[in-house]
Amino acid sequence: MKKNSSNKNNKSGESLGVRVKKDLKRNYSAYLLVLPVLVFYGVFAYKPMYGAIIAFKDFSPRLGILDSPWTDLYGLKHFLSFFQSYYFGRILKNTLVISFSTLIFSFPAPIILALLLNEVRNRRFKKAVQTISYLPHFISLVVVCSLITMFTSHNGMIVDFLSVFGFETNMDLLNNKKLFVPIYVISDIWQKIGWDSIIYIAALAGIDQEQYEAARIDGANKWKQMLHVTLPGIAGTIILLFILRIGQIMNVGHEKIILLYNDGILETADVISSFVYRRGILESNWSFSAAVGLFNSSINFLLVILANKISKKFSGTGLW
Amino acid sequence: MTGSKIKDSAGYRIFTIFNYLFLTFIAVVTLYPIYYVVMASFSNADALSLHSGILIRPLAPYSLEAYKRVFQNALIMSGYKNTIIILLAGLCFNLVLTAVGAYFLSLKDVMFRNVIAVLILFTMYFSGGTVPVYLNIKSLNLMNSLWSLILPAAINTYNLLIMRSAFAAVPDSLVEAARLDGATHFKILKDVMIPLCKATLAVMVLYYGVAHWNAWFNASLYLQTADKFPLQLILRNLLIDNSTSGMTGVMDADDAVRFAEMIKYALIVVSSAPIIILYPFLQRFFTKGVMIGAVKG
Repeated sequence: MKKNSSNKNNKSGESLGVRVKKDLKRNYSAYLLVLPVLVFYGVFAYKPMYGAIIAFKDFSPRLGILDSPWTDLYGLKHFLSFFQSYYFGRILKNTLVISFSTLIFSFPAPIILALLLNEVRNRRFKKAVQTISYLPHFISLVVVCSLITMFTSHNGMIVDFLSVFGFETNMDLLNNKKLFVPIYVISDIWQKIGWDSIIYIAALAGIDQEQYEAARIDGANKWKQMLHVTLPGIAGTIILLFILRIGQIMNVGHEKIILLYNDGILETADVISSFVYRRGILESNWSFSAAVGLFNSSINFLLVILANKISKKFSGTGLW
Repeated sequence: MTGSKIKDSAGYRIFTIFNYLFLTFIAVVTLYPIYYVVMASFSNADALSLHSGILIRPLAPYSLEAYKRVFQNALIMSGYKNTIIILLAGLCFNLVLTAVGAYFLSLKDVMFRNVIAVLILFTMYFSGGTVPVYLNIKSLNLMNSLWSLILPAAINTYNLLIMRSAFAAVPDSLVEAARLDGATHFKILKDVMIPLCKATLAVMVLYYGVAHWNAWFNASLYLQTADKFPLQLILRNLLIDNSTSGMTGVMDADDAVRFAEMIKYALIVVSSAPIIILYPFLQRFFTKGVMIGAVKG
């Protein structure tokens, strides 16, 4: 957001009260319009934030949020018991492993795709590949995950295919805890490579053609043009998105995990968000999982702020 | 140096060939799972269970049996109906609230705009968490009601910002002129902004529409009775949890095993068809949203 609120009233040196009054008089219809939006954010975003104080309480639905008693240890009981539990290390590790694996493999993939598409001169071919590659973005997660489950089952397409190369198994691949992360990451690339490439394709289209012309005149071949014109041209976009992605490093969404994992592979598949879901919603450990969730969202928030600061420093742009 | 083009080197020509091959490979890998499902759904159940490896065309004798069963299933049909209700009612809330919110954020001369903008942006990066959000819905008495899927999803802040960028791009002079004529903000939004930003509004319809169509998680949290389930939740129960119990009445036990696979494929086709069929025609709107989103104001 820009900080450009050039309030005309500022100049007249009136008191705050007078200015507020004038503003309300002038813009009451705007405030009236935005009122339902404020109610929405109040009820569905800020009220649950207030509700997050149950992380410091022993919440019981009968007593309600306000009257439930604070926990021992200055309200930190649930946090401490989480940090001391066996699960803390496990879900933290899994979250980071999955996050870094997608960062290493899924992040560069759309950049490579965009660069390759950029070298295609046949417009029709380019358009066709683009259209096809965006498609998985629109297929529902439930369908994507059921495709994954079916194809990786012991008689599924992928196992059939792998058997050509001598890989034989009579086990569903998703029951093998070593394979969860690869399956998660490969399918993540399949889902996102096209859609995430749009922004790079746009950045590539924004590179001044005269730069290529100049490079050609200087005798640069295609490789050199790629190295000295194309890559610098999209470096800003890459850096910005990379930093923002780092800000999400502790944030692995629960939906895909929940759809893919099973009790046998929790050791590698359970992440913070899925743990919160299981403990909180399925087992009704309200306060404990609210504490785990609050711990996670606080870290995520700090990371985003940090990422934004770094991004502003390096590229001059950030999220806000 | 003359202006004549430097000829592509041999290396680059080889690269070009591999590039085309590789991109074709990407396209095939992307499309093939979907293609496989469609082909499998029309195949013969027994032939399919014996088959292994790739599938180029449906396995004869072709059969519409799976589709017949899917369409005869009351649960699936009610899932379709619920999804459409949620989609239509949800879109009404989405469009109205997103438009007014975005319009407000695009105003330049309003004192509390920045405060409100910060409050809204903050929610993108911090939330109460799964459990408090769930308890909130409970305390609002929205459990087991379709409203629990419509109201909390009324505004997606990311979409709100896309819409705001579009409104902010409308020349100030138009807004000022309308203001001088004594138009209220409501009238400016309705008569000036929205007609000028129809394309972005179409983007909103698509983004929110796809999100409603594909949503399942909140439904699994808030809805208790199967007759209210949207399509995706029913799909999840049938496809992933393998609870084909929902299929009873349509299948006896032997059939259930025989047709389970087929029915899964047909279900995937039936549930994804609307989006996949519409997608090629609407693609440019979808990508437009990414561009607007990328250009921040």
